[in-house]
Amino acid sequence: MAYIEIEGVRKIYQEDTPDPIVAVDRVDLEIQRNSIVTIVGPSGCGKSTLLHMIGGFIAPSTGEIRLDGNRIEEPGPERGVVFQHFALFPWMTVRGNVEYGLSEKGMPRAQRREVSQHYIDMVKLTGFEDAFPNRLSGGMQQRVALARMLGCDPDTLLMDEPFGALDAQTRVIMQEELREICRASNKTVLFVTHDVREAVFLGEKVVVMTARPGRIKEVLEIDLPDDAPRLKADEKADEIWDILRDEVIKAVVPGSTYGERAAG
Amino acid sequence: MNAIRFYTPLFLLVAVWQVAATASLIDAELLPSPVAIVQGLAHLLTGGDLLLHVGVSLYRQMMGLFLAAVIGITLGISMAHVRWVRDVFEPIVRITYPLPKSALIPLLILWFGIGHNSKIFAVFLGCLLPVVVSSFNGTRGVNTQLVWSARSLGTGPVRLLWKIYFRAALPEIMSGLRIALALSYTLLVSSEFLIARAGLGYLIQSLGEGGDYPGMFAGILIVALIGFAADRLYVTFMNRVLRWQDQA
Repeated sequence: MAYIEIEGVRKIYQEDTPDPIVAVDRVDLEIQRNSIVTIVGPSGCGKSTLLHMIGGFIAPSTGEIRLDGNRIEEPGPERGVVFQHFALFPWMTVRGNVEYGLSEKGMPRAQRREVSQHYIDMVKLTGFEDAFPNRLSGGMQQRVALARMLGCDPDTLLMDEPFGALDAQTRVIMQEELREICRASNKTVLFVTHDVREAVFLGEKVVVMTARPGRIKEVLEIDLPDDAPRLKADEKADEIWDILRDEVIKAVVPGSTYGERAAG
Repeated sequence: MNAIRFYTPLFLLVAVWQVAATASLIDAELLPSPVAIVQGLAHLLTGGDLLLHVGVSLYRQMMGLFLAAVIGITLGISMAHVRWVRDVFEPIVRITYPLPKSALIPLLILWFGIGHNSKIFAVFLGCLLPVVVSSFNGTRGVNTQLVWSARSLGTGPVRLLWKIYFRAALPEIMSGLRIALALSYTLLVSSEFLIARAGLGYLIQSLGEGGDYPGMFAGILIVALIGFAADRLYVTFMNRVLRWQDQA
């Protein structure tokens, strides 16, 4: 049995209005424990919606999502989330944000301090412990969000374009760091991105989604060699880009099949 | 520099007023001159029972404000979260918001007597709604993803109210409280006008009745100064609590 099972999931927004929007449709997906699955697709393809449903923040309109055999009803600390817009607590310092989940768990102060410092150092924010989020750049805020999630040591990491606001160098460092963490500590990762190269580099399985309504177009197994993963990833990325191209055009060119409406 | 800019118009106003009074352009019976008011103030300050009146008034104001803050914040946040609480209280809040609360003072005296309680309740009534409305709006405006974040970091639904909603709504709640603070003086002084045995409103009223207009104006001036100082103090406190909003 897969760790996360997504079965016949469909999500319709504004369901009771004359203009329902099908965000995600007919999604079936299995995610094995300790695997890294990345989801790529054009903007508006419902990839964030799918992630939010696994997080337990919103419920599917039809279908079911199970975690370890149990239907997901609500959020839980075993599923850590990094949101696209970071969602840091603005009234807390960097340290306060990173320690929040730890103190909710009831971890004693001294240990909290130690753990938070470890992750703050890891995301290269040493020296900014007492800064409030609005003093930080977007990239720095994103790293706080990463540290906040990793600090709580969740089994499953749900990440919504977590490196989107980072500069190119930091991005590469964070990608490798995440790869290391996942290999070393047995995490199950679901990683949403619109960057195909990133998806291939990080994912053992890449899920390609269609433009709205978001459906799964293809699932590719990726097996990168340990010695030169980047090179191989770039080759594979070109292959996926070919699959994706039509979808991107559909999503961005007005008049193609933009915003298919739900029938009935 | 800022202080000079702030106090210059006040100084000019007083100067023009004094000149007009000295030149007998203003009837001293109708409006005493600034100098006369300062003399009245000096008289009050040396008189002995000013402190008692200030103390009594501040006690009533603080009690009323405290009750308005605790009940107002609780009610505002509950209205934003619990459907039936909103259904019950929203119409009441909307109808009573424009109602002049000071019109109820005679009734309050009938209910609570002529002592502290009627004044405390008047301040409470006058200050409650701005706090309710700001807490309600502030709570409703909280970013959903902050709530989701906290949920995924292990915060349960009830704890969220305090850990996230209250904290995130604090900027709005604190501006609501500032409005309440300003309104409290009107309610306080007018409730003390009507029937009281002590308090600044009572002092102003009795000096006016005795024909001591410089003294009466000095009493009004004291209320204004206390109000101004309290607002400055509150703003300093608010900026400290909300320092996370400061831009770099």
